[in-house]
Amino acid sequence: MNEVASTMQHVSTNIDPDIDPDREGIEIRDLYKIFGPDAKRHIAAVKAGMGKDELNSKYSHVLGLQNINLSMPGGKITVIMGLSGSGKSTLIRHINGLIEPTVGEVIYDGDDVCKMSPIELRSFRRLKTAMVFQRFALLPHRTVLENTRYGLDIQGIAHSKSEPMAQHWIERVGLKGYERHYPAQLSGGMQQRVGLARALANDADILLMDEAFSALDPLIRMDMQAILLELQEELHKTIVFITHDLDEALRLGDKIAILRDGALEQVGTGQDIVLGPANEYIASFVRDVNRGRVVQAATIARPREEGEELPSLSVPGQMVLEKVARKMTKADTTVAHVVGRKGKSLGIVDLSTLLGSLVTPATAED
Amino acid sequence: MATTCWGLPEALCAFPAIDTTTMREMRRTIDTGFRGLVREWSDVIDAATAPLQSFLNVLEHSFVDAPWVVVLLVLLAVVWAASRSWKTVLGAALAMFAIGWVGLWEDTMVTLAMVTVCTVFAVALGLPVGIFAARSDRVQSIVNPVLDVMQTMPSFVYLIPVVVIFGIGKVPGMIAVVIYAVPPMIRLTSLGIRLVDREVTEAADAFGSSARQKLWNVQLPLALPTIMTGVNQTIMMSLAMVVVASMVGVGGLGRNVLQAINNQFFTIGFLNGFALVAIAIIFDRTSQAFGKRLQKHREAGHE
Repeated sequence: MNEVASTMQHVSTNIDPDIDPDREGIEIRDLYKIFGPDAKRHIAAVKAGMGKDELNSKYSHVLGLQNINLSMPGGKITVIMGLSGSGKSTLIRHINGLIEPTVGEVIYDGDDVCKMSPIELRSFRRLKTAMVFQRFALLPHRTVLENTRYGLDIQGIAHSKSEPMAQHWIERVGLKGYERHYPAQLSGGMQQRVGLARALANDADILLMDEAFSALDPLIRMDMQAILLELQEELHKTIVFITHDLDEALRLGDKIAILRDGALEQVGTGQDIVLGPANEYIASFVRDVNRGRVVQAATIARPREEGEELPSLSVPGQMVLEKVARKMTKADTTVAHVVGRKGKSLGIVDLSTLLGSLVTPATAED
Repeated sequence: MATTCWGLPEALCAFPAIDTTTMREMRRTIDTGFRGLVREWSDVIDAATAPLQSFLNVLEHSFVDAPWVVVLLVLLAVVWAASRSWKTVLGAALAMFAIGWVGLWEDTMVTLAMVTVCTVFAVALGLPVGIFAARSDRVQSIVNPVLDVMQTMPSFVYLIPVVVIFGIGKVPGMIAVVIYAVPPMIRLTSLGIRLVDREVTEAADAFGSSARQKLWNVQLPLALPTIMTGVNQTIMMSLAMVVVASMVGVGGLGRNVLQAINNQFFTIGFLNGFALVAIAIIFDRTSQAFGKRLQKHREAGHE
């Protein structure tokens, strides 16, 4: 618990400067979820350290989540990553109250979602959250346009008002011309665009994406990730994204939380996790990651030596190494000047350090 | 009578039944008690069934008294509206002409009126019960065994309590038919709603649907194919039971069939049976085509 908390603090200071002042973050505190008829009774035992297997074999209750403390910054993408059965889908359903925790709090804008009455919860879901599902969950008897305005229909907004809004988002996700089609007439990727448009049309601050791209082909998945990042650039929603794919997590996540057996293993930025895996489990995960796409120039920059000439090529500190390398090759040089946000010099990167950082431990061992 | 008892004691040979006098006494007590009860309540029962009776009469008259051309055109219009298939309309027209030609038009109208009313009642009763059963496991656990009993009971047995309580006539016949025809409607409504994709209902919840919004926007439309199968089954069972209910005074084709059985009138029996089969096929084709047409959007196909 302390370990997680300290990582968290470390991370939040890392992210703080970028936090969007207009968006509230989501705060999950001391959350436990046990599935079974008599869940509350076993909380004490779990808190005292009873594991998933023991709880299951002795009391036939299933430990879904344990000791979750996680803050999801407003206006950012938080990715919750884990393999199947790790509890990630259970966790995301706590944020809009589809699942109630056994104990714990989910704080948004000063309110505990878990303590809301059914009516409060309904209006919270209508106005503050929207969700995208793994298998799209579109209504087969409604057209693309009717599906997209679904959330607005539920709010009781007149069609004359909701249709232009829905139309706008259909165009934004690239489905113009398909308004009158039924979901069954669309490919998987297009169906998920409808799912995304439906969620965006709700104009909610929180966007919950439950393995939203996992059912799509790799190429289409990359496409959808690009669409999401592009939209996020301008919308700055508080996005919680669930995935089992580390590459996807690294590509999308401003902050990544890794779940295993219902407990958080590590929380941090993609770079934090790749460069400093908290334990063997995480290390085995990140071993084969393409570091060139994760590690940033500022991380490997060394101070400029005295009298060293300033390289003509300069790159921003957050640029990933892959791009730095591409720039160097293009400029036909082996050194680059790393510059911070406000033009401050952060140091020098040269090609050999860069190469050294790209080599993963796994490759190095061979 | 017990001639050889294989050397067994009497009690193990002939079944030790209650002796006839006790049995007679018992029967008399129960029957008179029950009859008295019914007689005592007869005003209430009559008052309760009177509107049904007049409703049935009005409907039957409007079917029978209207010129056959009008009825036929209305019927064909309904078939067209539901099925949108010229083949089905043509089939229905041919069948109705054949029925009229052999002189069974009036009896067919009586049966048609009865089946229509019974189906409407059975659907109106079965749909809400099915929805309740889908929503609550407890309701389902009460409804299910009742339906099991109803569906195992032979159709004749339904007539006994109905006749004792309501007497002979159209209304008791209708009650028996509705009770007989309602189980598939309840079962398939509940099943259809329970089979709706969990992720879609979860999506409805996630967007903040109220229970009613979820029912009308998601559960009923998605359960519709199964519910339409229920409606189809209910129509078919109404038609079957309307024939049996001729025993308690329901007129129409069923009565002719009953008379034909009693008197061994082969031709009359055959013609009436043919007429019943013809309307059964019209109903079945039309309601199935309607159900299929509602599901048009499920057809896949990218351009």
